[in-house]
Amino acid sequence: MDVSNRNNVFVTGKSDGPVVMLAHGFGCDQNMWRLVVPALAERFRVVLFDHVGAGKSDPSAWQAERYSELDGYADDVLRICRELDLRQVVFVGHSVSAMIGVLAAIREPERFAKLVLLTPSPCYVDDDGYRGGFSKADIDELLESLESNYLGWSAAMAPVIMGNPDRPELGEELTNSFCRTDPAMARVFARTTFLSDSRADLAKVTVPTLVIECASDVIAPREVGAFVHAQIPGSQLVTLDAVGHCPQLSAPEITTRAIASFAGASR
Amino acid sequence: MTRTGPSSGPTDPEDGNTQETAFTALLEDSAEDLYDNAPCGYLSTLLDGQIAKVNSTLLRWLGYTRDQLVGHRRFADLLTVGGKLYHETHFAPLLRMQGEIGGVALELRAADGTRLPVLVTSTLKTGTDGEPLLIRTTLFDARDRRAYERELLRASQEADLERERLQRLVATLQRSLLPPVLLDVPGMEVAAHYHPASPDQLGGDFYDLFPLGDGRWGVFLGDVCGKGPDAAAVTSLARYTLRAAAVYAPDPLAVLRNLNAVLYQEYKGDDPRYCTVIFGLLTPDGDGFSATLASGGHPAALLLRADGTACYQPTPGGLLAGIVPDAPFTATTLRLAPGDTLLLYTDGLTEARTGGATGDRYGEEDLHAFATGLAPTTASAAVAAVTDLLTTLGDGVDDDTAVIALSVPRARR
Repeated sequence: MDVSNRNNVFVTGKSDGPVVMLAHGFGCDQNMWRLVVPALAERFRVVLFDHVGAGKSDPSAWQAERYSELDGYADDVLRICRELDLRQVVFVGHSVSAMIGVLAAIREPERFAKLVLLTPSPCYVDDDGYRGGFSKADIDELLESLESNYLGWSAAMAPVIMGNPDRPELGEELTNSFCRTDPAMARVFARTTFLSDSRADLAKVTVPTLVIECASDVIAPREVGAFVHAQIPGSQLVTLDAVGHCPQLSAPEITTRAIASFAGASR
Repeated sequence: MTRTGPSSGPTDPEDGNTQETAFTALLEDSAEDLYDNAPCGYLSTLLDGQIAKVNSTLLRWLGYTRDQLVGHRRFADLLTVGGKLYHETHFAPLLRMQGEIGGVALELRAADGTRLPVLVTSTLKTGTDGEPLLIRTTLFDARDRRAYERELLRASQEADLERERLQRLVATLQRSLLPPVLLDVPGMEVAAHYHPASPDQLGGDFYDLFPLGDGRWGVFLGDVCGKGPDAAAVTSLARYTLRAAAVYAPDPLAVLRNLNAVLYQEYKGDDPRYCTVIFGLLTPDGDGFSATLASGGHPAALLLRADGTACYQPTPGGLLAGIVPDAPFTATTLRLAPGDTLLLYTDGLTEARTGGATGDRYGEEDLHAFATGLAPTTASAAVAAVTDLLTTLGDGVDDDTAVIALSVPRARR
């Protein structure tokens, strides 16, 4: 199967500009970047994609076992890079995709020019001497939240899953036209996201890295941002005056500026 | 106010007065009071989630005072931790992208720590220039509904489990109707593949390959009419009858006559059961094999020769087994020389849909062209190629498909 179809890859922007690859996190798809893409596209060749199991990725590519490890997603990132022959990639990973980028950059450092980790967390669950912000019980509660919205999701997903070309009006009835996810796949991605521990991988990063955190973020609190910055040798840390876990939506201008000035600077 | 009969209505002076009084009373109900004591919670927040306005209903549900919330808390602070994560990863991004999000199930944490399941709908209020200004949220008490949904969810999970259980059972039963591994035939390479049309249903295709004790081998492949447990019972009967009959008298025509007699005897009456079948007797013959094939209504075998040609091996005039007391069967004998491959298959392959809505079928001509492209080949390569073909045909393969291939290896130099 063609990787571009599998991951619904979309390339836009300046065709001879430096490559900026935007990777969405848990809960949505490449639509997450819609407010930052226009400005980035003026200077960069912007590569967008959906992780398998999210957005318009190919549902038949889903394998629960492969995507129960962040490595499965990192492998997809490298495959996209190989298929599109992307070099000197500036990889921008939001939330869990920050760690997916870390894993990909450790495996093939020559492929990447820089890493931008947007509201990253290497481990969400508190551990001896480490504060991720959540307990195991909290994560279970999130999974329960996903479950209790299972019915609504199934209804929203039905036309996508069934792919019923005879009834296009089903698609129009969707309340949530973005970020559609199959509930069963979302459950697996939620577990993979919130129960992974990538702390030991941070020190292995060799490409120049920028950590972007928000001044107030329930999911990735500031001490986690400081931890990531301290663990990745030579990394820079920027704190945005923004609230929430998705600054690319809540504060798109300053987020774009932070990404662009790091991505555009010479090494 | 109740209406008692056709005479009552706005024209009735007395009743009209009562109604008017009621409407007036309603009009005096201020918008403020409607907001504050609405049967749902109202909440207005700044874009960062800071609570700017909240109605009394919601305060009552949560057990907070207005001062405790306004300017001090964010909407997400009222949620359980799991709800916060869900809010940050799903709710807030979608709201920002779409301008609204509705019917989301979340749980609030009241001041005393109790939980209140709610259904939340939010809209983004924008200024004249389209810039988002604030978020308006309504919250409905969803305790009963949540209990009902939980019950539905439980039922749906149970149904998923049941389906898995059924599929495991079907897979196990299906395997029991096929040889677990093909035996090694000296001087011959063999391979087989079974493609079930549905994981939920037992298929009716079968095959087997077995020694006859004197260096000769029997091979058969067939297709029972229908699917499901009834078809499986016929498959089982056909398979054991063919094997027993072959040991007793290995002549392929005699074997099929025996099968016909058994099926006809077992299923005569108002529930006829029948099958198409091809039976082969393989006899070592110099550097190859002689193969006598007899068929009852089954698609003709294909011989893929060492010289790169492929041809059908028809046995015309044979009838389905089990349908009439003295069904005619016909046989043909061919030689399998080194480099030749014999392919037996069921009609799931030749009747696969290829044309989408046009109803085109894969067909014998396509299969012949495919086989010509493969020849010369080996049993394992032929079965691998057919397996790939079935994958390519995908959903077009709506019946079970079985294939078995026999080839004589070329002499090693």
